[in-house]
Amino acid sequence: MDLMEYQAKELFAKHGAKTTLGVVVESADDAKLAAEELGGVTVIKAQVKAGGRGKAGGVKIAKTADEAYEYASAILGMDIKGHTVHRVLVVPATPPVEEYYFSFLLDRSNRSYLCIASVEGGVEIEEVAKTNPEAVKQIAVDPGTGVDDAKAAEIVDEAGFPAELRDQAIAMAKSLWTAFVEEDATLVEVNPLARLEGDVLEALDGKMSLDDNADFRHEDHSGYEDSAAADPLEAKAKSKGLNYVKLDGEVGIIGNGAGLVMSTLDVVAYAGEAHGSVKPANFLDIGGGANAQVMADGLDVILNDEQVKSVFVNVFGGITSCDAVADGIVGALDILGDDATKPLVVRLDGNNVEEGRRILNEANHPLVSLEETMDGAADKAAELANAAK
Amino acid sequence: MSIFLNKDSKVIVQGITGGEGTKHTALMVKSGTNVVGGVNARKAGTTVTHKTADGADVELPVFGSVEEAMKETGADVSVAFVPPAFTKAAVVEAIDAGIGLLVIITEGVPVQDSAEFWAYAQGKGTRIIGPNCPGIITPGEALAGITPATIAGKGPVGLVSKSGTLTYQMMFELKDFGFSTAIGIGGDPIIGTTHIDALEAFEADPETKAIVMIGEIGGDAEERAAAYIKEHVTKPVVGYVAGFTAPEGKTMGHAGAIVSGSSGTAQAKKEALEAAGVKVGKTPSETAALMREILNNA
Repeated sequence: MDLMEYQAKELFAKHGAKTTLGVVVESADDAKLAAEELGGVTVIKAQVKAGGRGKAGGVKIAKTADEAYEYASAILGMDIKGHTVHRVLVVPATPPVEEYYFSFLLDRSNRSYLCIASVEGGVEIEEVAKTNPEAVKQIAVDPGTGVDDAKAAEIVDEAGFPAELRDQAIAMAKSLWTAFVEEDATLVEVNPLARLEGDVLEALDGKMSLDDNADFRHEDHSGYEDSAAADPLEAKAKSKGLNYVKLDGEVGIIGNGAGLVMSTLDVVAYAGEAHGSVKPANFLDIGGGANAQVMADGLDVILNDEQVKSVFVNVFGGITSCDAVADGIVGALDILGDDATKPLVVRLDGNNVEEGRRILNEANHPLVSLEETMDGAADKAAELANAAK
Repeated sequence: MSIFLNKDSKVIVQGITGGEGTKHTALMVKSGTNVVGGVNARKAGTTVTHKTADGADVELPVFGSVEEAMKETGADVSVAFVPPAFTKAAVVEAIDAGIGLLVIITEGVPVQDSAEFWAYAQGKGTRIIGPNCPGIITPGEALAGITPATIAGKGPVGLVSKSGTLTYQMMFELKDFGFSTAIGIGGDPIIGTTHIDALEAFEADPETKAIVMIGEIGGDAEERAAAYIKEHVTKPVVGYVAGFTAPEGKTMGHAGAIVSGSSGTAQAKKEALEAAGVKVGKTPSETAALMREILNNA
């Protein structure tokens, strides 16, 4: 899960990193109040889980409280890379004297961690990385030993922080490392890490990604879910424990196993090329236990997607046997009754497939058609979706 | 011959008395795998009983630790069905005991735990497969994991895949040829055995005549594998990559299957593989057809 700036900064502060939290508000009136309370010049910053906020016009400097009101009105409701802005952060404007870059992240390729630090950087770090890669230091961090005083000093010296900031930079590195490890993050990024007037080092902006797999040891992380931003169908699927992602298309997809479902999306997209360019409407992985209730929950979510014109159920019976899946489909259609109105194309293979097909043939449900192969079923589902457009 | 697992492998199960452990121990025993026992510290000294394909009872001892299980049974392979919160401890225990091969089936292991046990495993003698994977099967000889043993038999194809169900799908598509070994390495951001490790082993295995490699979006493992194939693999390799239509920035089930920015896309992976001389199928069936052509002309 990606965090918004103010959430990341809260966690930075919790682990001792110097930052200014400011005030998070959801209305222009509250933005004005916050600016009045903070006094002086403030920065109004859109809070969305996307980069490029400044370029999109989502960050403005307000000289007065009235300007804070004006900018907050403009920014709230703005769309930044598909994310609607529901909150803005009001912080005192602290113009940086110099801007640096600092991050800890998961290094998949080396199955390790990486620290990236640069004293020439800040917002344009990607440009610096291209034009002057020498200035962007990558320092491997061993997951077994982590970042102690010596490692923090190594990072800071390698990056070349100014001597007068060295102690502050070491403290910052250690705090951010603590945030990375203690919060089970996959990314902690400070950009810019700013040198302010009076040689103070502070995290002016922050980004964090948390590992959902570690939620069981972080009860407080559930508070960072952005329920306002979630698609209503995705929210509904999540409440039923389904692994669902809404996409922009007409063919609803249900399958078992993430790899097979992703592959099903591809096969449907190819098939759609011959049928009015219909596309997959969603990703839905029902996992190993495809019983009637899980199948009914999945179908319920997909059939409530108004864009969906047909549904492709693609199951390879591995441990789950196909007869259980077929029972699940028949049972789901019983549970849904008249709410099920769109054609279902089913492809079953693998464990006990004959019995599965027999069950579906016997039920002879008017909405269900059974296909022998994954490619054939994708073609049929695309054809039906196109016909119903 | 085969890779990593064969008829002489002696398998123990960590978490043999749990729900998943019980179900899959039964299937491993039924498939003819030489399962010799299991581990659960709280049930040490008891036994569990499963049936072979002939219906004969096999009584398996439950030990208090991997070390004890290895000492008493000579086990050299462990399959872990341990809840995510306890996986790291179970892996460290198996590494400390010196097990040769450790297959971690568990889904949902925190990635920092994986990073830590991977760092811990360096320089020690344990090969890790997984986590979040279906495991490994050498058809007709042994199964260490949850792959259905009945899909395909023994044959000339070596298979390595990130995804479980795509492993099954491909075994099904090529069941008339059969497999030397099929290995699901898992889709997590940090895994033990990689595509490259499996490619290296298949290249060295005389029984493997051709290799199918299945990848999916996220990371750069496929690109690295492509570079390795170009330099080191002489056997024909056919590839498949899932996730061409996955939108940027959306996680598709596997923690690792996420596209961020330009690298890690299915298209980039396909191009890298093709540049290395790998024929890449657009769909699982087309991929199987490419392999079929190679085997029929061999």
